[in-house]
Amino acid sequence: MSCLQTIQDYGLRSLGFGERLLPRSDFTLCEHFTLIGSGMIWNVYFGVVALAGGFFLATALAVAKASNAWWLRKPAEWFIFIFRGSPLFIQFFFAYFLFLSLKSVHPIFDPFTAAWLGALIVLFFNTAAYSGEIFYGALRSIPKGDVEAADAYGMAGWPRFRRIIWPTMLRLAWPAYTNEAIFLFHATALVFFSGFPAWQQRGDALYYASYFADKTFNPFVPYPILAFYFILLTLVITAGFGFVNRRLNRHLPRDQRRKMRFRPNLIR
Amino acid sequence: MFSYCTDPDTLGQIRWLSCFLTTGVHMSFYMSFLKVLFLLAVTAPVALAFGFVGAMAARSRLLPVSLMGKTYIAVVRGVPDIAFFLFFVIALDQAFEYIRHKVLCPDWDQPIRQGSDFIVCQAAKLPLGTDPQWMHETYGFILAVLTFAIVFGAFAANVLFGGMQAVPRAQLETAEAYGLNPGQIFWRILVPQMWVYALPGLSNLWMVLIKATPLLFLLGIEDIVYWARELGGTKTARFSDYPHGDWRMWYFFALLVFYLLMTRVSEVVLERLMTRLSHGQATTGGEAQRRAAA
Amino acid sequence: MKKLILTTAALALSAGMAFAAGHSQTVRMGTEGAYPPYNFINDAGEIDGFERELGDELCKRAELTCEWVKNDWDSIIPNLVSGNYDTIIAGMSITAERDEVIDFTQDYFPPTASAYAAASDAADWENGVVAAQTATIQAGHIAESGAALVEFATPEETVAAVRNGEADAVFADRDYLAPLVDESGGALVFIGPDVPLGGGVGMGLRESDTELKAKFDAAITSMKADGTLNTLLVKWFGEGTATY
Repeated sequence: MSCLQTIQDYGLRSLGFGERLLPRSDFTLCEHFTLIGSGMIWNVYFGVVALAGGFFLATALAVAKASNAWWLRKPAEWFIFIFRGSPLFIQFFFAYFLFLSLKSVHPIFDPFTAAWLGALIVLFFNTAAYSGEIFYGALRSIPKGDVEAADAYGMAGWPRFRRIIWPTMLRLAWPAYTNEAIFLFHATALVFFSGFPAWQQRGDALYYASYFADKTFNPFVPYPILAFYFILLTLVITAGFGFVNRRLNRHLPRDQRRKMRFRPNLIR
Repeated sequence: MFSYCTDPDTLGQIRWLSCFLTTGVHMSFYMSFLKVLFLLAVTAPVALAFGFVGAMAARSRLLPVSLMGKTYIAVVRGVPDIAFFLFFVIALDQAFEYIRHKVLCPDWDQPIRQGSDFIVCQAAKLPLGTDPQWMHETYGFILAVLTFAIVFGAFAANVLFGGMQAVPRAQLETAEAYGLNPGQIFWRILVPQMWVYALPGLSNLWMVLIKATPLLFLLGIEDIVYWARELGGTKTARFSDYPHGDWRMWYFFALLVFYLLMTRVSEVVLERLMTRLSHGQATTGGEAQRRAAA
Repeated sequence: MKKLILTTAALALSAGMAFAAGHSQTVRMGTEGAYPPYNFINDAGEIDGFERELGDELCKRAELTCEWVKNDWDSIIPNLVSGNYDTIIAGMSITAERDEVIDFTQDYFPPTASAYAAASDAADWENGVVAAQTATIQAGHIAESGAALVEFATPEETVAAVRNGEADAVFADRDYLAPLVDESGGALVFIGPDVPLGGGVGMGLRESDTELKAKFDAAITSMKADGTLNTLLVKWFGEGTATY
C-alpha cells in the first residue's frame, strides 16, 4: 500500500473518517506519521479553542484580581489559586467525575463526558487561570505615567481600559503568555492519557503514539515522531506569537523593543 | 497496626477506619509522599545546575557550544514532558549500560541489539543482577531525577539565559572599566545580579515541577497518584480484609489538598526570598526597599 | 532466517556460560500488581495473588532466587527486552504479535474466555457502547466487532463506566469480572457469549534467554504433572475454572 493511500485512509482517522480499523501488523513509518499526525488535529483543536476562550476569561480574571472590591477579588484569587495549584491530572479526574454526576441530573449534560467538550472546559479554565495570573502581574507593572496621561486626556472607564491599559498589559505580558500557550498545547497530550476515555479509537497524537508503542513494543519510534510533531507545533506558535509581539511593540523605538524581548521569560 | 485489627469485620466505624488507614498499603502511600518531597528536593538543585550549564553554553562565544546550548533548550522545551518520559528513561538506562558494556567487556563479540532484545554482559548491568532490590530502586530513583533534571534544566536554562541578558549592561561595562577579566565579570558581577531577574521565572518553574510529579509513575517510581489509584479502586472481600467501593474520589481529594498546600507554602517562601534578593538591587523592588528604609 | 537461528543458538551458549559463572543468579519477576486474582497488592502492601504463589513455587522447583518487581502495564514489555527484569508474570495472554518480540513459556493458565458484563440483561453488547481497557486484546476485539469501543486507562474505570451508565457493557477477562459480578448484588450481570481470546497465559521472557525459559518450562511441566497447578487454579479462581 502506498503512502498516499495510507494518508487517504488514516489522515482523518482521529475524527472518525476513513478506515474503521487501525493497522494491526507490519507497521510502516508512513502509518506512524499519518496516524500520529491525524491525532495532532485534536491537540491543535484543544489548544486553539481553549487559548482563544481562555484569553477573555483571563483578562476578566486579571481585572477582577486587581480590583479593590473584595467580592470581585476573592473569587478570582481562589479560582486562580485552585487551577494553578493542582496538577491537570487531578483536575481532569474531578471534572470527569463531576460531569458524570451532572449527566444523571439532566440529559443536557450528556456531551460533557466526551473529551471534545469536557476536556476542553477543563483546559479552558486551566489556561484562563494561568494567563490570568500573568495578565495580573502585567497589570500591576503598567507604568504610572501611561495611566496619568490617559487621565489628562479625559479618558476614563471603558475607553481608558480598552485603549491604554489593555494594550499595555498585553505588551508586557506577551513573552510570558507565549510560554503559557506552548505549555497549554503540551498539556493537551494528557487528555486521553489520563483524563477522558477515547471513543472508537479516535484519540490525540499521544493516543496513537502509545497505540503503536503497544503494538510494536518499541517506544523509540512513535514517541520521537510525536516529539517531532510537537516541536513543529511549538515553532509555529513561537512564530505566530512573535509576529503579534512585533505588532504590539511596533510604536516603540528600536532599542526599547529589543529590551522587551529580553525580559526574563515567566513560564507557567 | 493496632491489636484490635485482627478481625476488621467486627469493628465499629471509627476503629475500622483507624485499622484501614494503617494497613501496609497505606504506609506505602504515606511513604510515597515523602518520596515525592525528597525527589523534589533533589531534582530542583540538579535541574538548576543543568540550567546553569545550558544557559552558559547558550551564551558562549564559540558558535558550536552556543548552538548546542540553544538546541538543547529549544528541543526539550518543544516536547511535552509526558512524551519525553515515555521513552527517555529506557533510552538513558540503555545508554549507561551500553557505555559500561564497551568499557567493562571489550572482548564480547555478540551484538548488543538482537531483534528487540538489548543485551549487555552481566558485569555491565546497572545495577548488577545480583544486587538487592533497594539498589534497583535507588537506581530507578536516580534515573527519574536525571530525567526530570534534563527536562526542567532546559526550562531553567531558558529562564537563566533571560536573567543573564537582563542584567543592565552598564554594570558589566563598569566592571570592564575596573579591569576585571571576563571570568571575574561573569562570576562576581553577572551571576550575583541575575538571580533577582531570574527568580520569578524560577518560581514558576518550581510550581510546574511540583505539578509534574504525577508523571513519576511513568518513570517507574510508585508515586502518590499511583497509590491513590491503587487504594481508591474497588476492593472485593476476596482479596482484601477491607472491602470498599470506588473511593478514588477521596484519595484524589487528599492529593488535591496536598498539592494546594505545597503551592501555598512555596508561594510564601518564594515571596520572602524575592524580598531578600531584591535588597540592594538596581530594580524597582530594590529601590522601594531603599526608600522605605530611608 | 537461518542467520537469526544461528545467532540465537550462539547466544544461548554464551548466556549459559554467564549462568554458570554467576552461580546464584537472581531472577527478577516483573508483574503489574493491579489485576486480581492474577496479581494484586494485598493489605500489607506486598504483591499477592495466583501468580505470586505460582511464581514462588516455580522458582523453588527451578532452584532460582526470585525477586518481585512491579511495573506499569504499558511499558512492561519494553522494560523486559531492555533487561530491567527477566520475566513477565502478569496474566499476559500468549498472542502472535507478542510472540514476535518476546518468548513465552508454555501456558500455566488454560486459554481464557473473555466476557461481557452489563448492568442488565437487556443491554446491547453487540451494537451498543462497550468499554475495554486501552491496549488489551479485548479492546482489539471490540474495535473489530460492531460495537462502539470506549477505552479507559485502567480496568477499574471500565467497570465504573458500566456502573455509571457511560457504557452499555464492559468486555474483559472473565476471571477479572467474576468476583466483581458476584459481589455486586445484581448490579452487574454477565451477558452475551464468552469469547475465547489469546492462547492461554504464559510467562514472558527475552527471546535470548532460552536457558531460563527451559528451566521454567520444566518447572511448569512438573507442577502440571503432580496436580499442584490445578490446586492453585481452584484456590484462586474457584471451583468452576478450567484446569489441566
